[in-house]
Amino acid sequence: MNVTVTVNGSQVEAEVPDRTLLVHFLRDVAGLTATNIGCDTSSCGACTVLLDGRSVKSCTMLAAQADGRSVVTLEGLADGDGELHAVQRAFRAEHGLQCGFCTPGMVMAAVSLLSENPDPSEAEVRTALEGNLCRCTGYHNIVRAVLAAAGERGGR
Amino acid sequence: MIPAPFTYKRASSVDEAVDLVARDGEDAKFLAGGHSLLPLMKLRLAVPQTLVDIGRLGELSYIRDEGDHIAVGAATTHGELASSGLLGRDLPLLAHAAGQVGDPQVRHCGTIGGSLAHADPAADLPAVVLALDATLVARGPAGSREIAAADFFRGLFETALEPGELLTEIRIGKPAAPGWAFQKFTKRAIDWAIVGVAVQGGRVALVNMDQTPVRAVAVESALADGAAPAEAAAHAAAGTSPSEDLNATRAYREHLARVLVRRALEAAQAAG
Ligand SMILES: Cc1cc2nc3c(=O)[nH]c(=O)nc-3n(C[C@H](O)[C@H](O)[C@H](O)COP(=O)(O)OP(=O)(O)OC[C@H]3O[C@@H](n4cnc5c(N)ncnc54)[C@H](O)[C@@H]3O)c2cc1C
Ligand code: FES
Ligand code: FES
Repeated sequence: MNVTVTVNGSQVEAEVPDRTLLVHFLRDVAGLTATNIGCDTSSCGACTVLLDGRSVKSCTMLAAQADGRSVVTLEGLADGDGELHAVQRAFRAEHGLQCGFCTPGMVMAAVSLLSENPDPSEAEVRTALEGNLCRCTGYHNIVRAVLAAAGERGGR
Repeated sequence: MIPAPFTYKRASSVDEAVDLVARDGEDAKFLAGGHSLLPLMKLRLAVPQTLVDIGRLGELSYIRDEGDHIAVGAATTHGELASSGLLGRDLPLLAHAAGQVGDPQVRHCGTIGGSLAHADPAADLPAVVLALDATLVARGPAGSREIAAADFFRGLFETALEPGELLTEIRIGKPAAPGWAFQKFTKRAIDWAIVGVAVQGGRVALVNMDQTPVRAVAVESALADGAAPAEAAAHAAAGTSPSEDLNATRAYREHLARVLVRRALEAAQAAG
């Protein structure tokens, strides 16, 4: 079917099989490969993107379900001049990553959290990242980064 | 993993959704949030020929105060239930339990109607609608009908819905009986309940203690006879038939049911 998705502000239109998953549409059609496929079973969150502003796991959604809607991937967070988003800067400053595989999904989940709850407690950050697995960091620095980003954005 | 080929159709109204599924018969399925159906399709455990997407139907997505009851549209997401001020005030059990489903990403997609229609014995909301004694409204080619939650869950992944029938609304009488609690025991944050308990007033329903969600009848009648929480909770596993799996033996599930029912009844007493 014909699928048109506004990805990071630009329209991406393609004729794709109905069964195309959103994550494949983003990686293979739109050529945006920051969104990773980790588990492919909706468990790890590496494929998290924003759909109309809310975090979703793009391995568990059809491209057709995003047709006519707006998606933001990690590539869409930095502003036009390449200035990183507050959450990206905080992950760098707080060492919120090691291998980096989980990072795009973690960052998108954190951005979604802060849009719903700009001033989360540490416990709320941990709960909000339940759907994102990291095999490297032990999570502490990721949580610290999200709290730092909330602080920078005026949350606390 | 990708699903086997199928034809995707997006319904623009409830009537059209029912028509489209009726036209394609047994091989057609409704698609709501896709968070139970798509994982099954990726594993090729489900191979529908047609998917009819109802996920964007505004007429299925609402939480309304109807005076003597609260009406919830079947395509309302877990996230919308969890953050609803109306539910938070009048039906905190439903809001709280919806907030315990999966993780934020799952709650942004998954719907109450999908969860009830899928009828996984480990799912949270089926037990909640039992504890709330909700009425479910279904629409098929022949029209609408009401089904009591107590008659809805028929077996493992099996409900009273006829093929082609769409769940449209969940109705919950108000005011809810005072005192509520929800307990969910998991090994890791994101997991499904090994055992769960939903309590509203004197009604107690169990997650994952049988092929369907079940009311803990022996606990309820002990409570009605004036038993204290700890006394009533001793009957939590009576008449149940929990499965054994990687997470738990039958005896462990029975033990969990007794412990969680006691905690839930104590919490409900404190809340009531
Ligand atoms: C990682 C993960 C973790 C999860 N954890 C939990 C958990 O802890 N607790 C829990 O309860 N659930 C959990 N779930 C399941 C989640 O709640 C699903 O959203 C829900 O079970 C199905 O809702 P859906 O809208 O996604 O339905 P879909 O997947 O779209 O549909 C499921 C089934 O119901 C049918 N259907 C859908 N809507 C209707 C309708 N209105 N009328 C008739 N038939 C309909 C479909 O045809 C299909 O057969 C989890 C899911 C995932 C992926
Ligand atoms: S790849 Fe989507 S959740 Fe792991
Ligand atoms: S940094 Fe390696 S998986 Fe998270």
